[in-house]
Amino acid sequence: MEPILEVKNLSVYYGVIQALKGISFHVDKGEIVALIGANGAGKTTTLHTLSGLINADGGEIIYKGHELTRTPNHKIVGLGMAQVPEGRRVFAEMTVLQNLRMGAYTRKDKSEMEATIENVYRRFPRLEERKNQLAGTLSGGEQQMLAMGRALMSHPELILMDEPSMGLSPIFVNEIFSIIEDVNKDGVTVLLVEQNAKKALSIASRAYVLETGSIAKEGDAGELLNDEAIRKAYLGE
Amino acid sequence: MSFLTYLINGLSLGSIYAIIALGYTMVYGIAKMLNFAHGDFIMVGCYIIFSVSAALSGNSVVGIIVAIILCTLLGVTTEFVAYRPLRGAASPLAVLITAIGVSYLLENIALLIYGADIKSFSSVVKWEGLSFADGQLKIQGVTIVTIVVSVVILVVLQLFINKTRQGQAMLAASEDKGAATLMGINVNRTIALTFAIGSSLAAVAGALLCSAYPSLSPYTGAMPGIKAFVAAVLGGIGSIPGAMIGGLVLGIVEILSKTYISSQLADAIVFGILVVVLLVKPTGILGKQIQEKV
Repeated sequence: MEPILEVKNLSVYYGVIQALKGISFHVDKGEIVALIGANGAGKTTTLHTLSGLINADGGEIIYKGHELTRTPNHKIVGLGMAQVPEGRRVFAEMTVLQNLRMGAYTRKDKSEMEATIENVYRRFPRLEERKNQLAGTLSGGEQQMLAMGRALMSHPELILMDEPSMGLSPIFVNEIFSIIEDVNKDGVTVLLVEQNAKKALSIASRAYVLETGSIAKEGDAGELLNDEAIRKAYLGE
Repeated sequence: MSFLTYLINGLSLGSIYAIIALGYTMVYGIAKMLNFAHGDFIMVGCYIIFSVSAALSGNSVVGIIVAIILCTLLGVTTEFVAYRPLRGAASPLAVLITAIGVSYLLENIALLIYGADIKSFSSVVKWEGLSFADGQLKIQGVTIVTIVVSVVILVVLQLFINKTRQGQAMLAASEDKGAATLMGINVNRTIALTFAIGSSLAAVAGALLCSAYPSLSPYTGAMPGIKAFVAAVLGGIGSIPGAMIGGLVLGIVEILSKTYISSQLADAIVFGILVVVLLVKPTGILGKQIQEKV
């Protein structure tokens, strides 16, 4: 398997505080890779740096041969890497349909865009029912679906998901995770950041454990799920 | 009948405030900054029309086109040189103070070039206007043109924002710059585009303002600029229909107070309304309720 994303020695500072202390990891084509860890471990910082919302202070991010730390941040989605950000961040004042269209901002073919919208509706029928509603009026779970649908509109090869289960009811959590598996089965590589480590490890093939800006552990997701220390620290056992 | 005349004059003045307020409100909506130099872009536009028309022996159409182009460039340049480097600065006051600095800079450059004496501006609207009811109700050409132009601008802007890809990008970036970037929107370019639109509107507003009130000085844009800011806040800063409503309310109140109460008190009444509205509804007439983020 060739890596679609390779992060080498990535470091990020917030002022004098080092949020990422030179982390390295990789994601292979077709995988679901989980990045788990406690609050403040640097999970969201990692994803924000990958998408260029935060500048790296050192290290390399190589996505399909492109060095992302030197790529203007608005061009990254056009290379095939999309992000479903933490807290959904849908455009609340715009309709569901307008949000989806924004997701395809970098794609100019109109008929293709309509076909993609139909695809997203097939995956999330609820979005079609509410297509003319303002995104801000949707429930948390529906907003999560919209954020995922919006990211899929760009035809990503790699999708970064930041805490997709946060604040959702257990039923929605299960639904969201089964959708992530579906999306992956359709050929999209997934890098999943989650606090719900148990759920994340149960669908991932490999995982990395972040602790205060460093990678503390990595390995096969199934093995980590049975690791004594991991169970104690992250699975509440 | 005279009340109707005053009302129409108020509507016309209000339309000018509205066009200026659109620039304020659009820039605020996306860049989250108050461009206090916006009023001075009007003055720059007026002087350009004045100079070009003088050079071309009274051809004001060319003057207006040149003014729109140069004001657009001025707006984009100001944003790039003075405001963009301060975006994300530790204090939002930095860019606000810079904007006030740009305002003084433009006024003083005009003072250097044209001097302090008031220039008489000849109206860009040559049409006499309409007369109704045997001449009892006269509406000046410039009044009608102003109202029509402002309606056209509002409609075109709404279509642009709701129907075009760039307009939607503007809306998205004004709501969440990070999420907009994730969509592939070039936020810096989108902000520059907003400044371009706002500044070109300032040039249009300048042409109409100086045609209705034909005295031009380096401080011509200052007071209408502040009143348009009041209009934008009154209507709900960030809201395009709000800027329109705020502008019209302000213009009508100003003309009616001048006529029926006192011309000295008119400005006090205008600003008094602002205070009252902000006390009752801090987000303005069409302002969004500040949403609690969970």
